[in-house]
Amino acid sequence: MTMPAMCRGTGKTGMMWILGFILLLIKLVLVLAVLLGMAAALVLVERKLLGRFQIRYGPNRVGPFGLLQPVADGIKMLLKEDIVPASADRVIFMLAPAAVAMTSLLIFAVVPFAEDLTVRGRRIPMVIADLNVGLLFVLAMSSISIYGIALGGWASNSKYSLLGGIRGAAQLISYELSMGLSLVPIVMVSQSFSLVDIVNAQANYPFILVQPVAFLIFLVCSMAEANRLPFDLPEAENELIAGYHMEYSGMRFALYFVGEYVNMVVIGSLLAVFFLGGWRGPFLPPIVWFLLKVMIVPFFLIWSRASLPRFRYDQLMHLGWKVLLPLSLLNIVVTGAVILVTGR
Amino acid sequence: MAKEESSIAKTAAEMVKGLAGSYAVTLKHLFRKPITEQYPEYKKPLPARSRGRIILTVDPDGDERCVACYLCSAVCPTSCISMESRERDDGRRHAAWFRINFARCIYCGLCEEACPTLAIQLTPDFEFCKDDILKFVYEKEDLLVNHGGRNQEYNFYRHAGLSEKGEKGTHINEKPPVDVKSNMP
Repeated sequence: MTMPAMCRGTGKTGMMWILGFILLLIKLVLVLAVLLGMAAALVLVERKLLGRFQIRYGPNRVGPFGLLQPVADGIKMLLKEDIVPASADRVIFMLAPAAVAMTSLLIFAVVPFAEDLTVRGRRIPMVIADLNVGLLFVLAMSSISIYGIALGGWASNSKYSLLGGIRGAAQLISYELSMGLSLVPIVMVSQSFSLVDIVNAQANYPFILVQPVAFLIFLVCSMAEANRLPFDLPEAENELIAGYHMEYSGMRFALYFVGEYVNMVVIGSLLAVFFLGGWRGPFLPPIVWFLLKVMIVPFFLIWSRASLPRFRYDQLMHLGWKVLLPLSLLNIVVTGAVILVTGR
Repeated sequence: MAKEESSIAKTAAEMVKGLAGSYAVTLKHLFRKPITEQYPEYKKPLPARSRGRIILTVDPDGDERCVACYLCSAVCPTSCISMESRERDDGRRHAAWFRINFARCIYCGLCEEACPTLAIQLTPDFEFCKDDILKFVYEKEDLLVNHGGRNQEYNFYRHAGLSEKGEKGTHINEKPPVDVKSNMP
């Protein structure tokens, strides 16, 4: 974590430790509030944008321009009855939604969201935890989130939920591999697993310029990762009704929902960090640049949802194993060769 | 080998073209004006013959048209129309009471088609909801309106329908009976 890093180099260790801890808490609260706020706002943004894509207005009844719709949704979710099916596996059923929401939020812990602040000669890193294996942590967390889907589907003890859960797991296996491999060239170029170092390595140019193929692979995989169209097979409304969260209601369903939207924001931030230079950019303050870049992926995902039909299951497997995986491996080989030849 | 490569490139190009096309279409629509009609603020004028709430119309002289012939009630598929007929002193039939249960009505319009006097008519008014199902039971005074509906001029009793009270040839528009013996060749 950052506390030892912050108090290293100063004498009054205990005092500094407490100060660092308070700073960390402030950062945690801020990030959590912003992230959840963005997720709530994104629900409205998605409905508004989808409406506009289909030449209709989105929700516009609650508050001015429908701006209070997330509040209304939240109240509705809180007041709904929390139903646990009689034949469901109670414990797993109740824990599974948390896994989705929690892992999505945890990923953001390693994402640097602004330039380091310097207050009274002390550097305050604008990241919750600068892990030196940050990228691996991201991949691990995104893999764990699928447990929420697979176990939620299984614990519901319903055909459609189970199918959705299995689909989610199978989809993850097909995509996680190429997603991880698409990030290997990034590590090769930036010489580090830490997301802070990856952003710092992009001081001169964003990695999208040198790794366009990896960028495309990551973008496609991020759609699958977020369980969004055209890869929303675990939900697949018109085949599986609601897929893995069919038996969920009330706040438990809302946790899946929040998890999905936080995931969109988090994937946006990852894309910004890995390929678009994180918070770096001219003229505007770093945090504004970061938020702008983060919103690219949610917009793209919503746009895709309006544009593309759902993949058939074998097409999804085909794309994952026969196209993206060889492509990402080839990308690694080419990147390695270029680094070997140019010597950097 | 070269041929195979070119076919792969062709397929890939087609795929990209297809994807880009669908994205372009949605992006174009993003900047179009929505076609939604904001319903409670803007009420679309409905065609005059659209079928909504049922009314009982009256003659141009203000007398009710219904002759309580029971045809509407007989044809009604949901049996939501009921009435009791009665005869006035001038021999004109009318409904003593007339009741439509709109909770059962399916707005099929068969009653209107069956009606021989244009009394029962459907209106385009569809905003028809209540907080209590019993409020959907409409009595005659709720159904009666003070106009002729679609055909303001039509007056059934100008021509027919009264039971005979006076002498032949004394009714409106009725010629006196011809003495058959007088017009022999």
